Amino acid sequence: MQKTREYRRQQLRYAYAYVMAGALSIAVYALAVDSAFTDTMFAVIVLFAAALQLYIQSRYFLHLDDKEVPRWRLLSYLFTWFTLLIIAVGSVWIMNHLNYNMGMSPEQVDQYMNSQSLKGF
Amino acid sequence: MVAKRDKAQLGFWLYLMTDSMLFTSLFATYMILRNSTNGGPGGSELFSMSFVLVETLILLTSSYVCGLANLAIHNGRKKEFVMYLGATIALGIAFLTMELTEFGKLIAEGHGPQASAFLSAFFTLVGTHGLHITVGLIWAMVLIWALYRQGRQEDILRKFSLFAVFWHFLDIVWIFIFTIVYVMGVK
Repeated sequence: MQKTREYRRQQLRYAYAYVMAGALSIAVYALAVDSAFTDTMFAVIVLFAAALQLYIQSRYFLHLDDKEVPRWRLLSYLFTWFTLLIIAVGSVWIMNHLNYNMGMSPEQVDQYMNSQSLKGF
Repeated sequence: MVAKRDKAQLGFWLYLMTDSMLFTSLFATYMILRNSTNGGPGGSELFSMSFVLVETLILLTSSYVCGLANLAIHNGRKKEFVMYLGATIALGIAFLTMELTEFGKLIAEGHGPQASAFLSAFFTLVGTHGLHITVGLIWAMVLIWALYRQGRQEDILRKFSLFAVFWHFLDIVWIFIFTIVYVMGVK
């Protein structure tokens, strides 16, 4: 009896996470189809929703906060995310500021890139 | 027995963390190339948001049901476990079919991976995820076969908990494909 009740309780935890994650996806979809926000604001909201969903799924599906799950899992998970964020944000930031970093105007960068690609490898 | 389980978990977790580095590189590449459409149509013309939402919800449901299967096997409920795992596989196949339908449609309309840098990056990123899903489906089917073949609770439990983590991980990757590729691409 006790065991069955615990089982149902755990099932409810999964259902809770499932409903939350589904609602977030649908909300983001509604926003994408019909949104009054500016592009930057939209990106911030949508990425925040993704982060929230990442938190929900990591906690309720991967059980990273569970006492039975070894601590190194959570630590390595957080460290990996930290590293990946640097790679992703860094790459996008550098590539989008290529003209500034090369001391050229965007048109000059394009011209330079084209002349380089014509040379071949 | 415990030591073997711990080792397998550590090894598999290491694999997952490095796998997410692979996905991050593909994400970064996509974000940089997303506007390089070579004069062709971009994401807002090519993607159907309602189609992708259904895909997303199917994969999320599959991940949820996989969690229920994990609970069932931990509580020694073999019948429920097989039922949930079967549902996980069926939903996974539905997801994969939708993804391949989208790919087929894009290629048939002349928007294949060779059309532009944007489409190359798109097909590589989403295709890599699809490849992982395919491998996961084969793995899940092997698990069902193993359950009937040997049926030792402890072995199945050890093997299945790795699969469950893998499947949840793939859904987490999909959150970002949904957000960065589709939602931000359509806007």
